[in-house]
Amino acid sequence: MKHWRIILEREFSGYFATPLAYVFLLTFLVLSGLFTFYLGGFYESEQANLQPFFTFHPWLYLFLMPALAMRLWSEERKSGTIELLMTLAIRRREMVLGKFLAAWLFAGLALGLTFPLVFTVNFLGDPDNGAILTGYLGSWLLAGAYLAASSFVSALSKNTVLAFIGALGLCFIFVVSGHALVLDAFTNWAPQWWLDMVSSMSFLTRFQAISRGVIDVRDVLFFLSFILAWLVASVIVLELKKAD
Amino acid sequence: MIEVSKLSKHFSEHLAVNNLSFTVQPGEVIGFLGPNGAGKSTTMKMLTGFLAPSAGSVKIHGFDIAKQRIRAQRVLGYLPEGAPCYGEMTVLDFLLFIGKVRGYRGKELQERVKRVIDLLELGRVIGQSIDTLSKGFNRRVGLAQAVMHEPKVLILDEPTDGLDPNQKHQVRQLIKALAKDRIVIISTHILEEVSALCTRVLLIAHGELIVDETPHQLLQRSKYHQAVTLYSENALDQAALKALPGVQSLEENSRDGSLTLIPEPGAVLFPVVNALIQQRGWQVQEIAVESGRLDEVFRRLTRGESA
Ligand SMILES: Nc1ncnc2c1ncn2[C@@H]1O[C@H](COP(=O)(O)OP(=O)(O)OP(=O)(O)O)[C@@H](O)[C@H]1O
Ligand SMILES: [Mg+2]
Repeated sequence: MKHWRIILEREFSGYFATPLAYVFLLTFLVLSGLFTFYLGGFYESEQANLQPFFTFHPWLYLFLMPALAMRLWSEERKSGTIELLMTLAIRRREMVLGKFLAAWLFAGLALGLTFPLVFTVNFLGDPDNGAILTGYLGSWLLAGAYLAASSFVSALSKNTVLAFIGALGLCFIFVVSGHALVLDAFTNWAPQWWLDMVSSMSFLTRFQAISRGVIDVRDVLFFLSFILAWLVASVIVLELKKAD
Repeated sequence: MIEVSKLSKHFSEHLAVNNLSFTVQPGEVIGFLGPNGAGKSTTMKMLTGFLAPSAGSVKIHGFDIAKQRIRAQRVLGYLPEGAPCYGEMTVLDFLLFIGKVRGYRGKELQERVKRVIDLLELGRVIGQSIDTLSKGFNRRVGLAQAVMHEPKVLILDEPTDGLDPNQKHQVRQLIKALAKDRIVIISTHILEEVSALCTRVLLIAHGELIVDETPHQLLQRSKYHQAVTLYSENALDQAALKALPGVQSLEENSRDGSLTLIPEPGAVLFPVVNALIQQRGWQVQEIAVESGRLDEVFRRLTRGESA
């Protein structure tokens, strides 16, 4: 078996070793429901689709994904098991990949557990199930992006709380980077390419189309390369900062 | 073989390990001795590839730990200081995880795990989560993890810390059994362990290698090496004992009234003491020749006084 698979299995079952998994799943489901039915006006919209559900995901994930990723490395640093892990003849990229995938799969599980919503809209109307599937896949990609950035932050510190707050801050930057407020701050003095780059990094903008069920290869590539970049950064950080 | 060359480690300003060089051959059991903060653990962390040295190099069986980390680590078994293990896992799950990482699966995995469970007498706690284990059991899980793949090089940071006397004995037997054709490096604060186990002692203080020799040679540095201790219920003529050739001084043990004659360097006292006893016809209940006291040598060497 490949080392990343072994790490993945350990981390994934690790979520269930504590109440964390169940608390997380419950929180996720309750908040999804709340956002969708109350804030999203699911019934009022009188449209049979899941757009109200997906629209809130960038905000929901902003808090939930850092919580899922914060322990990945901080815990290892705090308990000293990082010394064990790092001396077991495992390549760092396999450790990083295994841990990330464990968190991503767990997020996928949480997302998958919202399937009653799909039945509900199918019961209420005649939705475009292709668009719904696209929305789910896009949302999972979005979760991966948050998790990759958050696991990077987790690799920096042995303090789990700090890892959570740091990850939240980092992710927040990418959520709002397309927002007019942020762009306005640069408009008068920054060059155009910088403005373009900042707005192109925006999770909100990228996710908007996906949540409507429209999938653009460029958006998919953006999220995938975003994930890859943070995983590579994590490998580098672990290489440089091993103790503590 | 382990080749350590000019190894140093800085923690910002603080020099934790300073220019350490030594080589270890298979069959040797090395004991790292030194006061708290001497740099023993830091050295081990560099030997195992966890910490990058500030300067110098480490080669494990020809593999440079910096450049060929994975290959070097495959032949290594390591018990880090404090025996960190994944606390939320059960002992069995943890050992299975380690076994898988070491490349075993199926029947062989089961056998390997079972073997270390038997070896370290973990049978009673396999279903228990590691967080809830006593300190000694935790340490034994750490040891089980380190020896599972029968590594050519075993590096154990305070392996017997927290073990009960039976388990200490057991672990020493285990290390002795493993030591054949292998390299074992342990660190310890238990000096008797060094005489019981090690073929060679590296004494480290302030990050520097002070002494590199056999436990026997180390004992010879003791002022009690070849000292003769007498115990008699009657008072003995101390002046006569002191006047014997080769006697440097005489110490009276206030606890039981026994007398210890300390030899001048290189002198052998037992025959002359024995002759005096015969000549005077003293009733002596106990007479013992000491091989030396490691704690005294340790104190003297690590406090910077000349040996
Ligand atoms: N990560 C670190 N950052 C800063 N200083 C450190 C770090 N690790 C160790 N040190 C310092 O390096 C020195 C050597 O520590 P080390 O743990 O190697 O000692 P030791 O010989 O193992 O001691 P002990 O017998 O107490 O286990 C100490 O002064 C310690 O404070
Ligand atoms: Mg130590």
